[in-house]
Amino acid sequence: MPSFYEIADQLHSWLNANFNPTWVLIIEMVLAGVAVIGLFAVLGLVLVIMERKVSAWMQIRLGPNRVGPKGMLQSLADTVKLIVKEGMTPSGADKFLFNLAPYIAMIVAMLLLAPIAFAGNFQLWDINVGVLYVSAISSLSVISVLMAGWASNNKCSLLGAMRSGAQIVSYELTAGLSVLAIVVLAGDLKISAIVASQSDGWWIFKGHIPAIIAFVTFIIAVTAETNRAPFDLAEAESELTAGFHTEYSGMKFALFFLAEYVNVFIVCALGATLFLGGPMPLHIGNWEGFNHAMDYVPSSLWFFGKTFFLIFLIMWFRWTFPRLRIDQLLNLEWKYLLPISMINLLIVTAMAILKWHF
Amino acid sequence: MTNEELKAKLTEWHPEASFEEGGEWVNLVSTTGNLLSLMQQLRQEPSLSFDYLFCLTCVDFKTQLTMVYHLTSTTLRHKLVVKVKLDPKQPEVETVSAIWRTAEFLEREVYEMFGVNFLHHPDLRLLILPDGWEGKNPMRKDYEDPVNMIKL
Amino acid sequence: MYRETDIIQSADQSPEGYMIINVGPQHPATHGVLHLVITLNGETIKKVEPHLGYIHRSIEKMCESLSYRQFIYVTSRMDYLSAHINNHACALCVEKGLQVEIPERAKVIRVLMDELTRIASHELWWGAMAMDLGAFTPFFHAFRERETINDIMEETCGARLTMNYMVPGGVMHDIHPNFQRRVKEFIQLYKSKIHEYDELVTGNIIFQNRMKGVGILSAEDAISYGCTGPVARGSGVSSDIRKVQPYEIYDKLQFDEVLETGCDSFARYLIRIKEMNQSIRIVEQLIDNIPEGDFQAKTKAVLKLPKGEFYTRVETARGELGVYIVSEGGTTPYRIKFRSPGFSNLSVLDKIARGGKIGDLIAMMGTLDLVIPDIDR
Repeated sequence: MPSFYEIADQLHSWLNANFNPTWVLIIEMVLAGVAVIGLFAVLGLVLVIMERKVSAWMQIRLGPNRVGPKGMLQSLADTVKLIVKEGMTPSGADKFLFNLAPYIAMIVAMLLLAPIAFAGNFQLWDINVGVLYVSAISSLSVISVLMAGWASNNKCSLLGAMRSGAQIVSYELTAGLSVLAIVVLAGDLKISAIVASQSDGWWIFKGHIPAIIAFVTFIIAVTAETNRAPFDLAEAESELTAGFHTEYSGMKFALFFLAEYVNVFIVCALGATLFLGGPMPLHIGNWEGFNHAMDYVPSSLWFFGKTFFLIFLIMWFRWTFPRLRIDQLLNLEWKYLLPISMINLLIVTAMAILKWHF
Repeated sequence: MTNEELKAKLTEWHPEASFEEGGEWVNLVSTTGNLLSLMQQLRQEPSLSFDYLFCLTCVDFKTQLTMVYHLTSTTLRHKLVVKVKLDPKQPEVETVSAIWRTAEFLEREVYEMFGVNFLHHPDLRLLILPDGWEGKNPMRKDYEDPVNMIKL
Repeated sequence: MYRETDIIQSADQSPEGYMIINVGPQHPATHGVLHLVITLNGETIKKVEPHLGYIHRSIEKMCESLSYRQFIYVTSRMDYLSAHINNHACALCVEKGLQVEIPERAKVIRVLMDELTRIASHELWWGAMAMDLGAFTPFFHAFRERETINDIMEETCGARLTMNYMVPGGVMHDIHPNFQRRVKEFIQLYKSKIHEYDELVTGNIIFQNRMKGVGILSAEDAISYGCTGPVARGSGVSSDIRKVQPYEIYDKLQFDEVLETGCDSFARYLIRIKEMNQSIRIVEQLIDNIPEGDFQAKTKAVLKLPKGEFYTRVETARGELGVYIVSEGGTTPYRIKFRSPGFSNLSVLDKIARGGKIGDLIAMMGTLDLVIPDIDR
């Protein structure tokens, strides 16, 4: 099976043979853009149907089952509905910011896709500060939420946006510190280098207990950062009707919705890359036969398998836990998660210096 | 305390109070002037301790409006019905919401439905009827609404 | 006056930094058309003011022009989650006026139906309250059991929500031949599933943090505000009408009045969960012991109550329902007053919600178990 990398490589050399370098760059950028938008749409559709099926499974019901085989085309039908629907702007709203906010949410989500390694050697942009880039850009998403909440001229939206601001700013710290633990172990910020460092075992296994602690804090923090239940205070359906996107309808709402799901995908992809080896197959010590067998599974399957496992985990949280209260949410971060992850980072650093990890 | 004991005790305190016959509980008829002091006494007297007002309502008898207070005690379990007759032209009575807080909402309901004015009520506004409701009080017998009322 | 004079009428008069938000009349957490005007300082609640009347149908006025047989059907629409118990209260009140002794079989069937209704109502409350706290799954788990009860009701009463099964003198029809078998099946199902409730919600650490120490309602306040049912019992006030003033055959049955002394939302939660078990206990005692005989006493076609006043109190799933009939001797009641449990329980919301967060308010409303048509009537 040809890997993504080979396809990209062949395309690159074919373009170079037929066009001059400037055109090659432009064509490649356009192709990458189209690919990202396509991926964005497909991910949204897949994750929405997945969420609905997972929730249906947990809630002893069937879920969507009318459109397409086993209801698989339901989210496509929903997209068509959302596109056709009128996008309302409330009369008291700040029209410019109100209409801008969903696009910022989407652009941030798209930018985040750039450094993700979807398969072995297949990345749009292997930037040398990849992890830093992801943490930096992901914190921009709070701007779109605040913008939407403020511009809607709705008190519920404003409260939701303020909650979201406090929440994302707080939980970024823990997410960053947990990610740093792996950066310290791997000794590099570059995503491809972190993936390569796990060729003999994933960090969650190689890093002893501190890596597992880092993984747990990371999962909790990113669940909060993406505003997913039990940390969905920004939306908090029963309290603030729909929080920051109360006033949005039609495609503008759909963009928020899509951005949320793509953000979930990205943080899970990041978690899979940092802790679970990303596209690296599962290797166990010196079990040669087993390791060889694992190598036959394509790296893209490994990557998506791990990512979707983490996504499933986050969906599982959503459909079982009640929501936290705002003060409990911030207490959890500042009194528990942050100290734990700081001490954990110290331990990991000591471990990395003393070479105690495998 | 049985009904007879209760009746004896109340007569001792309020010789002027009259009792209505019928019903399973003692029916004490008070006057608008005495109501508040009587209620306070009922609430505070340890051998009665009527601490629980479980029903407060008004009945429109056309010639008079009757406020009906159903009282019970959560410790002694005896019950008492206190009635006050009001003038339908200008019904006014002291509020009991300082004694039993549940009366605040119940009195607001009676206020809008029967037009009874509760003196010294902390927050006497419309509760159920829409803001700006004008005209008659819907639960009065002389209320007519040709559009919304269906008579069988 | 006991109340601070901080009644804020409009945003213009609000102190600096206060925000006024309308929760409802259309809001996901109010389970109907309750309208709360809440004054906030940041996320902290300063004042809650209920505005009622969005579903007021003036049932009391309506009943004044309905005969004693007819008005019972209207009362199913008050507290629609315990329709049986509403009908029961009205039937009892009319029977008290007529001085009819109803057959044993009818009494047992009535109590069975009441307790099944109570379980169904608490099931719905459990799911809806978990939904208020942001957990969506319990709702469907609760409905799995609730649907079974509804099926049983449908078979015997012909309806799933507004049953109209109780009539003055007994019940309308005899029970369906499958009734006993299906109720026993339900008891089996319930017992095999009830542990899921504890695993999914009661034992959840987030849930407990949200409920414990929130919405403190002292026993004195509970009495003063006229709270009844699980709300009062969560504060340790013994208020179960089935115990303090037994009606039908409740004095012959073995069951406990559940009391908690936590005074908080969690206590009110536990009360209802434990009450479901007590109701199952009652159903188990009766289901094999339905006496043979008539299901209805002989009554006249047109009922006439003697002149006088009649008051009955029954325990619905939400608390004490009082039916007060003033009769002038005619075929229709001169005046009817329904003392609804939700009305008094709602009045305490302002008291317990002040100082809490918005999320707490929603949780408290969940534990008060408000049914809006019951409040508005």
